[in-house]
Amino acid sequence: MSQTFILDGKTISFADGQTIMQAATQAGVFIPHLCYHPDFKPHGSCKLCTVKVNGRQTASCTMRAIAGMVVESDTPEINAERLALTQMLFVEGNHFCPSCEQSGNCQLQATAYHLGMMSPHFDHFFPNRAVDASHPDVLLDFNRCILCSLCVRASRDVDGKNVFALSGRGIKTHLIVNAKSGQLADTNFTLDDKAAHVCPVGVILKKRRGFAVPIGERTYDKQPISATAKAVAEER
Amino acid sequence: MNAPKKKLKVATTSLAGCFGCHMSLLDIDERLFTLLEHIEFDRSPLTDIKTCSPDCDIGIIEGGLCNAENVHVLREFRDNCKILIAIGACAINGGLPAQRNHLPLTTILEEVYHTSPGLMNGMIPNDPELPLPLNKVHPIHEVVKIDYFMPGCPPSADTIWKVLTDLLAGKEPELGHGLMHYD
Amino acid sequence: MALNDMHAEGVAGIVDRVVAHYRRDSNNMLQILREVQEACDWIPPEAIDRLQAVLGVPRTKIEGVAGFYSFLYTQPRGKYRILFSDNVTDNMQGNRALMERLCSSLWVEPGKVSEDGLLSIDKTSCTGMCDQGPAMLVNNRAITRLTAARIDEIAELVRNKVPLGEWPADFFQVEDNIRKADIMLDSRLQPGDALRAAHARVPSDGLMSSNMRSWREGLPSGIGGPAAMLDEIKRANLRGRGGAGFITGLKWEACRNAPLKAGQQRFVVCNADEGEPGTFKDRVLLTSYADLVFEGMTAAAYAIGARRGFLYLRGEYRYLLEPLMAVLERRRKEKILGTDILGIPGADFDIEIHLGAGAYICGEESALIESLEGKRGTPRNRPPFPVTNGYLDQPTIVNNVETFAAAALIALNGGEWYASVGTRHSAGTKILSVSGDCERPGLYEYPFGVSIRQVLADCGAQDVQAVQVSGPSGICLSPAEFERTIGFEDIPTAGAFTIFNNSRDMFEVARNYVHFFQHESCGFCTPCRVGTSLLKNLMDKLHNGCGSPYDFAEIEKLNQLLQSMSHCGLGHTACNPVLDTIAKFRPAYERRLAQKDFVPAFDLDQALAAARQMTGRDDPGAHIIKEEFGEDA
Ligand SMILES: Cc1cc2nc3c(=O)[nH]c(=O)nc-3n(C[C@H](O)[C@H](O)[C@H](O)COP(=O)(O)O)c2cc1C
Ligand code: SF4
Ligand code: SF4
Ligand code: SF4
Ligand code: FES
Repeated sequence: MSQTFILDGKTISFADGQTIMQAATQAGVFIPHLCYHPDFKPHGSCKLCTVKVNGRQTASCTMRAIAGMVVESDTPEINAERLALTQMLFVEGNHFCPSCEQSGNCQLQATAYHLGMMSPHFDHFFPNRAVDASHPDVLLDFNRCILCSLCVRASRDVDGKNVFALSGRGIKTHLIVNAKSGQLADTNFTLDDKAAHVCPVGVILKKRRGFAVPIGERTYDKQPISATAKAVAEER
Repeated sequence: MNAPKKKLKVATTSLAGCFGCHMSLLDIDERLFTLLEHIEFDRSPLTDIKTCSPDCDIGIIEGGLCNAENVHVLREFRDNCKILIAIGACAINGGLPAQRNHLPLTTILEEVYHTSPGLMNGMIPNDPELPLPLNKVHPIHEVVKIDYFMPGCPPSADTIWKVLTDLLAGKEPELGHGLMHYD
Repeated sequence: MALNDMHAEGVAGIVDRVVAHYRRDSNNMLQILREVQEACDWIPPEAIDRLQAVLGVPRTKIEGVAGFYSFLYTQPRGKYRILFSDNVTDNMQGNRALMERLCSSLWVEPGKVSEDGLLSIDKTSCTGMCDQGPAMLVNNRAITRLTAARIDEIAELVRNKVPLGEWPADFFQVEDNIRKADIMLDSRLQPGDALRAAHARVPSDGLMSSNMRSWREGLPSGIGGPAAMLDEIKRANLRGRGGAGFITGLKWEACRNAPLKAGQQRFVVCNADEGEPGTFKDRVLLTSYADLVFEGMTAAAYAIGARRGFLYLRGEYRYLLEPLMAVLERRRKEKILGTDILGIPGADFDIEIHLGAGAYICGEESALIESLEGKRGTPRNRPPFPVTNGYLDQPTIVNNVETFAAAALIALNGGEWYASVGTRHSAGTKILSVSGDCERPGLYEYPFGVSIRQVLADCGAQDVQAVQVSGPSGICLSPAEFERTIGFEDIPTAGAFTIFNNSRDMFEVARNYVHFFQHESCGFCTPCRVGTSLLKNLMDKLHNGCGSPYDFAEIEKLNQLLQSMSHCGLGHTACNPVLDTIAKFRPAYERRLAQKDFVPAFDLDQALAAARQMTGRDDPGAHIIKEEFGEDA
């Protein structure tokens, strides 16, 4: 790893083909992200990871690192825009954290904490979305889906099942499951699927686990989401 | 903290909330005494004063907007308080009551008063004394301008303390890790 | 056999026929779904069952695609599916009143299916008939020049269940309206001439075989003929006519030089999605100059070494499919398409037509390629670009219809000839689609460098308040700017030229455009998916008289966010109409900021209506009056 670029004034090494996000994470620098997951092909849709490269904004999870590039990430301007995106995701769905099993383990929520989100700011859409409780082991609460497509990629690329897909367009984009009935119970989805464990928010939830870990003692209660990058760096 | 010459007038209320945020406010315990060196309560469940003085400095609102009366009270606060603070999940995004928003109000009233067993005459109450429910529950920032927000369900006593002391010190309130919670 | 099974069997038969026609290739999913719908009036679940079985693709994939395109229905929408074009020009020509008239005449609510299931009426984005609107689509067939009388006739035909094929032919008449022709619209190309000219440019020093190889296999080493063709395009200084103005020669060269992996080939794609509201010149080129366009594509194939080409035709122009297929068939007979073109062994190139299905985003080249592959039209992450990783991940050029037509002229007459027309930085001519407030809407072809004022004079526009050049994603000009000129050095354009006189409300123009972008956002990225909806809500709030300076600040904040964070050009430009009209027609906004203080976006009193109705109350306590500051401001 001889090549480097500059991220917020810090020199970051990278290997050929690595994205800005991958290189930054390895170096212990946290860049907010929701649709990126190290195990899957980057998608580039949530735009939380947007950085400025040589003055132009671009998604750092899809942008390959280039030697000598100058990248800005943790600036008040970019963080303000990331905050606005986060607020958009909150008002687009129905996020009532106090009654969400994922609270405390949720990346959207933790990212909002990280960005200092005191309120969702925009007017709420309060969409009418269903809950699918048909499956014996897993509950789907679409009210919280942020359309990151991680479950789609996991089911397609790892499980080889195509249980999930996005349908609709624009603001009506929504998640569907692979059954004529539209019910998860009628798919071949199981708890062993990778797709059962990748949702960054509280859509795909294991049943009968409710509040096994009390609120206040969950992942991001213990440490902020920004610590995840440091953990990656330390592991190396 | 130096005591200011004139105490700030603070009004509080609970709209479509559960008073949990007010309980949390009381939870700041002995720090209340310090606080009371700087503020005095105006209209509030704590004082039983029924209307805001026209010169309130800070209004603290718990709960979202569920019915017509909530709207009237919120407007009274906006008209009489220089700064409005939304406290708690319900004020900020409607919270638990807003989870009825995906159902049409007519369906809900039907279900509650006509369909479900146990109600004597199956009439939807129409006493003019009762406030009418809104179609949807709204967070308060969708109806009046809100200046500051204190997230949490309820926000912890430490969170409330931090926001209030930041404001009293003339700073933009900031909640670091541990104080910022939506649950 | 139960009725249901019979139905399922009938549907299965249709699916099998369509799938066979498309070589059982699931890359043709969009075309398959479109044809199934043409036969069934919608895409019933049994059709998806069958597709799943015969193509072996997961249901999620089929439903994902079907759900993306506005013109594909997974719910019944009636035998007659009527869509009113809702461009701002249609609005100006009174489409709203006509739609209401038809709805009340046929007893159907907008957006819903009639109770007897016979029909549905809804709105759709600009259908490219702005010079002869208001317009509608009935089962994707365009009907132009709507009047109250014509609406009444249509209501009668629908009521009597007269098959669409038996409706009066003049309903479907689409005029070219060519008002001013120059080198392109005046060209009288004999099919094949441009190809022969290109081929003749091969130096006679024994390079022939290498050239043929180049055509056949797309070898970058192929020099001579193909390289000479490419040189002419470069010499012509041709730039793309689809909006972005990329230098065509560079694009072709990059594709020609892109390495091919085993089994790969190069592709030529003609972008006939023409979705930008107010643009309709590609429609005319494909109606009356199809040979020129196909010849340009074939010359491009020659230059880059491609054997397959696609024309991606927007679903709104479905009526052009059969005439275009006939032109392709004739060209095959004439040996200027297909195999051994011009009698040269191995010189093979053929063109397939794919239809879109109501998605503006599919005009964006990478989304177009996704759509060609039978997927949802989501723009790809770039780089890599289509010239190296295009259709099925293989090198592909995507060019606008007019770009290919120009390429044919260049193949025929040479690059120098072409470069001598227009200005220094903008070679050749540009066709403008003129519509809105003027006496003679239609096509105007000018050498680049023409002033706005000149165009306005030529089309008989008076009392002009504003001109929207290049559609909503372009620029809105005020009279102070009418000396500016069309060209890459000043005002680049994809062709739309929409005129607004002083009676028009520029805020409402911008609001129409914001609704357009909201409807057409593909939903892939957060800023555009949510941001266009928030922007639409804010513009509606201002429209409803609930706007305050607070909302104005919000609009500006959203504009900034869309511009900087969006994934593709749609999101980047979605705020242009708002930014431009705020800057240039500010009074139109200020009139709307009636409120000094923040006012909710929804009507509080109206929010009690359901409760009032349920309780039968109407006392003062059952109402929420507007705040006083609302009334006096
Ligand atoms: C949202 C969006 C819509 C577009 N629609 C069209 C279109 O309808 N027709 C077109 O030729 N180009 C369209 N483009 C531009 C294409 O992406 C591409 O640049 C063009 O087809 C290249 O051809 P050219 O170089 O010949 O102009 C669109 C771009 C965007 C971002
Ligand atoms: S998914 Fe996350 S943000 Fe949404 S309600 Fe659950 S915890 Fe809150
Ligand atoms: S269900 Fe979860 S993983 Fe799947 S798209 Fe929605 S938010 Fe992403
Ligand atoms: S900017 Fe809009 S159209 Fe483009 S990718 Fe994002 S959501 Fe889709
Ligand atoms: S993490 Fe990069 S766009 Fe979502």
